[in-house]
Amino acid sequence: MGRMTFVAHRLLMLIPVAIGVTIVVFFMIHLIPGDPARTILGIHATPQRIAILHRQWGLNRPLVSQYWLFMDRLVHGNLGQSLYYGGSAGQLILQRLPPTLWLIVYAAVLAVLISVPLATIAATRKDALRDQIVRAVPLLGLGMPPFWVGILLVYALAIHVHAFPVSGYGTGFLGHLHYMFLPALTVAIALAPVVIRALRASMLNVLGAEYITTARSKGVPGTRLFLRHVLRNAVIPAVTVLGINIGYLIGGTVIIEYIFAIPGIGQLMINSIFQRDFPVVQGVTLVFGVLVVLVNLLADLSYAALDPRVRFDR
Amino acid sequence: MSAISFPEPALAAQADEHAQPRARRWYRQPALAAGLILLAIILAAAIGAPLLTPYNPIKQNLGASLLGPGGHHLLGTDQLGRDTFSRLLYGLRTDLRIAFIAVLAPFCIGVVIGCVSGYFGGWVDAVLMRLVDIVVAFPFYVLIIALVFVLGPGQRSIYIAITLVGWVSYARIIRGEILVAKRQDYVLAARSGGLSAVRIIGRHLLPNVITQAIIYAMSDIVQDILAIVTLGYFGLGVPPPTPDLGSMINNGQNFLTTHWQLTTFPGLAVVAVGLALSLIGDGLADLIRPGQS
Repeated sequence: MGRMTFVAHRLLMLIPVAIGVTIVVFFMIHLIPGDPARTILGIHATPQRIAILHRQWGLNRPLVSQYWLFMDRLVHGNLGQSLYYGGSAGQLILQRLPPTLWLIVYAAVLAVLISVPLATIAATRKDALRDQIVRAVPLLGLGMPPFWVGILLVYALAIHVHAFPVSGYGTGFLGHLHYMFLPALTVAIALAPVVIRALRASMLNVLGAEYITTARSKGVPGTRLFLRHVLRNAVIPAVTVLGINIGYLIGGTVIIEYIFAIPGIGQLMINSIFQRDFPVVQGVTLVFGVLVVLVNLLADLSYAALDPRVRFDR
Repeated sequence: MSAISFPEPALAAQADEHAQPRARRWYRQPALAAGLILLAIILAAAIGAPLLTPYNPIKQNLGASLLGPGGHHLLGTDQLGRDTFSRLLYGLRTDLRIAFIAVLAPFCIGVVIGCVSGYFGGWVDAVLMRLVDIVVAFPFYVLIIALVFVLGPGQRSIYIAITLVGWVSYARIIRGEILVAKRQDYVLAARSGGLSAVRIIGRHLLPNVITQAIIYAMSDIVQDILAIVTLGYFGLGVPPPTPDLGSMINNGQNFLTTHWQLTTFPGLAVVAVGLALSLIGDGLADLIRPGQS
């Protein structure tokens, strides 16, 4: 299979998943117990408003026709009207997207910066004390609730030491970098255990390979051997692991944005839940789903482009 | 709890089959043992909460609010004068119970779907795996939070949400294992012997692939506890006044600068549970697949 066929095949595979994602989001409304319109409107439920929602969502029509209506609005970029903020839910989400994307990228970079040195320390001296210590990190890290880590970091580094702001997004590139450090670090800490494990395992694999023995016997100096031969090859599986966990990374931002009051779509989602603003929650869920699908696609494609060993015969 | 004890027979059999070097066993067994002991202590503390603490976790005593650790109250009290240690134990009880129950349905559903998908292949496999792709497309926390919001807060919603989201990992793991195992000679022999598909899967394949699902279940329980605590933090979990670690952290956050223990200890309890289950999972994995670490 050629490179272009692989890309085409991968894009084709996207269609059923994309349709499935919309079906899941569409069905969310039917999971609401009782009359969804009445439940969503809650105490504001006047018969007129309920009737309006019924008409808007076509609740009295057959399911297929409701889904058709939902998709018709969706392809026109209409995610419905926010019940709390008033305006279009789609617009609202679009405005809040940049801080979330910032946080995701920042956290991914920090996760790599934490994981690569730790995995290196562990893998270069397998079963030594330093390896044991690094291997204990994931054991502790996997059980830490991300929001709890965030709260403790705020207490230690923002309230106690005043090194970083307690909350907010900041202005300008450096401002974002400064304000978003603690939130990004929190997400990175949640992600690092998985990446450290994968990276350590793949480094050990590479270190045992014959070409490393060859390079060693040729007299390649230690640092060079490590950077050029080991790290390069070990990083690829780790990036894959990062790609697989991108959903976890993106999901973690929801909670962290709320803790640090970052005006992204995660905070929007939690606030909309508190306001029972159903169309916005539905819209954000859809956007998160699409985001993960797109990032996975990008990861697959760039992986195929970067690693000459990737074969296209799936 | 049965979820922990059922790997035991498999363990014993494996240990006999692969006589391992003493050094490996010496290092590996303690990890598993440490995990089991830690979990046993945590479970005993949670189950025996009424014996370990004289205080009612929901009884308010406004005369004794926000006491520091020490004295009559081991970890102090919250702003309503409720004993923190007592709430911690009862909260662990609530969250552990929900997590251990919540993992059962996705485990069973995922294993069955994985078996069917992996064994039969073809269009059944294609359809089921697309379904997996769709669920995986949503970030775990986003889907869980959205589902519980839609279904309404509370335990029942947590069970439904975790079931709807959690089965996919088991299905993927079991499918992958079955794809390899079904080409083995013993399965081909069973097939040529004319055994039915149900019997081959149930009697021949499942016992060989289930361990992978059990190992994964350990980390899945950790993930479920994190989800339950997160939902509790956002007020979507067990309704108050039932103690829950997430709502305790949320409550303590208001007093972070003066009473750090209110936030810190519930989180540490979650970390301890995570540590115990991760140790068990790792220990099991090493016993079942010797040579890989």
